[in-house]
Amino acid sequence: MSAPAYDLGRHPAALALVNRHRLRVWEPLPWILALAFYFAFPNHLGFGTDLLVTILFALSLDLALGYAGIVTLGHAAFFGAGAYTVGMLAHHGIWNEPISGLLMGASVAALIGFASGLILLRTTGLTLLMLTLCTMALLEEAANMGEKYTGGFDGLPNLPIPPLFGLFEFNPLYPRVQYLYVLGVLFLCFIFVRTLVYSPFGRSLTGIRENVLRMHAVGAPVNWRLVTCYTISAAIAGIAGGLWAQANAYVNLSTLSLDRAATVLIILVLGGYGRLYGAFIGAVVYMALSHFLAQVYPTAWQLGLGLMLVLIALFARNGVIGLWDMLRNRLMAKGATMRATKSGPS
Amino acid sequence: MTDPLLETRALSKSFGALAAARDINFRLERGARHALIGPNGAGKTTFINLLTGVFLPTQGKVLLEGRDITTMQQSARVKLGIARTFQINRLFRGLSVLDNVYMAVAERLGAGAQMMKPAGMRNDVVEEAMRLLDVLKLSDYAGHRVSELPYGRQRLVELAIALGLEPQVLLLDEPAAGVPSTESHIILDAVAALPKQIGVLIIDHDMDLVFRFAERITVLVGGAIFAEGTPKEIGADQRVRDVYLGKAHHG
Ligand SMILES: Nc1ncnc2c1ncn2[C@@H]1O[C@H](COP(=O)(O)OP(=O)(O)OP(=O)(O)O)[C@@H](O)[C@H]1O
Ligand SMILES: [Mg+2]
Repeated sequence: MSAPAYDLGRHPAALALVNRHRLRVWEPLPWILALAFYFAFPNHLGFGTDLLVTILFALSLDLALGYAGIVTLGHAAFFGAGAYTVGMLAHHGIWNEPISGLLMGASVAALIGFASGLILLRTTGLTLLMLTLCTMALLEEAANMGEKYTGGFDGLPNLPIPPLFGLFEFNPLYPRVQYLYVLGVLFLCFIFVRTLVYSPFGRSLTGIRENVLRMHAVGAPVNWRLVTCYTISAAIAGIAGGLWAQANAYVNLSTLSLDRAATVLIILVLGGYGRLYGAFIGAVVYMALSHFLAQVYPTAWQLGLGLMLVLIALFARNGVIGLWDMLRNRLMAKGATMRATKSGPS
Repeated sequence: MTDPLLETRALSKSFGALAAARDINFRLERGARHALIGPNGAGKTTFINLLTGVFLPTQGKVLLEGRDITTMQQSARVKLGIARTFQINRLFRGLSVLDNVYMAVAERLGAGAQMMKPAGMRNDVVEEAMRLLDVLKLSDYAGHRVSELPYGRQRLVELAIALGLEPQVLLLDEPAAGVPSTESHIILDAVAALPKQIGVLIIDHDMDLVFRFAERITVLVGGAIFAEGTPKEIGADQRVRDVYLGKAHHG
């Protein structure tokens, strides 16, 4: 059936859909700030690098949890898989070029995501949560026991990471190169994820999250989409882990720990999941707060953080971004009524 | 003799001790306007769930144009042209009306797996979704979030999604239930305007609608086919009147 072209331009809703993926004016802001940070705080680039890695990790989780609604408490499995791949290859002198090493880390993480996803993603809810947790625990135990290869409990210190592009040296004490390198990788990954979530594939993930039954009924291969999404998400988490290993020049069991998995979940909920920028805001708020609170209340800072999380869970289900949206909508509604009363009945 | 569009043979489904479908032999012809009626709990929705693959039958077969699809996945059946609406709305409540229909059209046109192109740049999908909304007089609500619409309008979105799949077999589970009578004609008009070759099976408790729309009626009672025939035959059947039509006023 070939009907004449529909004039989408005359319909606001269609126009909004057609333009939804367009760059908004404020979107360069995070990147400008990240560059400004580099120049403004040359003594805090270690913290900055850590923050950027965390953002990337949270972004990977957002794809699975925020967009596709895959409830996981084991995402550090992929972070750790990436980190250990990079670490083991470098430590045993097999491969240590940073960028290709990162790609290998991503591949291994993706493979684990794909294999475990094929089985796990048939389940939902609490079962799924437990299974993701178990996968991570298994990997952690494997890393703990395979001492010969993984360094066991102590991990692998002093990884020999050669200069980036053969030119820029990674200096653990003064991590300028690390910061820019991680920022560059984060930027590329972000572009990719952004493209993905605005694509029809990304829409279908949202559809699965909103109503799985309906998604089946419109003929979407739901399980396959979920596995694909989980694999991509795992690959990105693997890149984050690989970056962590390269930037710190070591790898240890903390990369596979529940602590890391739970923290990234908290960060995403804090920032707002399924929003793309929730990962940024959540990571900044969380890391800044824990940094600050740890200095002011060295003994009880986790209490303050916990309290804030309870407040978020109670009053701002969609995180900081959700709070902001709510405020903006209120203000706009108020503005509209004020304008309406001013102009009087027409 | 050619195969019917959709056929079931001795189709049965039990939920534990409850036989929700018993030995159903049913045929839906090409271009049929067929109604399925029966008291509450008769197994009508269960029957549709068996046809669409939500449940696998305990026994029996489902055939589409002679092809055995009994164990086929839901999504694969949709690809073969079986679409349905749900008795209770199953929509993407947090998304806009346009997004809801977009989802269906995108899957049909094979856009759903596309990753590197923005959804809004699939103009073919957007255009078709908008056209469907025009037909169902929903385009004024295209940008509204589904959860903000009154229930009657949400029913129309249900229908729009099913139509977006351009089905060969359309299964409508009480499409007008909950729709104010001032608006139900939009649904009925849309159903009446469907391409002739689509086989339509409609479940409804509104006897006026059923007798006006259907060329054939199947009565389901207690999970089994109780009677089948033209509206005239069914209307004149005293047994049907006793078990169902007489009681319909209470249900
Ligand atoms: N998933 C299920 N598990 C257990 N029992 C079920 C399930 N689905 C339906 N039933 C039972 O099967 C019987 C038939 O239900 P069904 O929903 O098919 O009836 P119906 O004819 O559509 O009724 P109504 O007119 O009220 O929509 C009912 O007794 C119902 O409780
Ligand atoms: Mg029913």
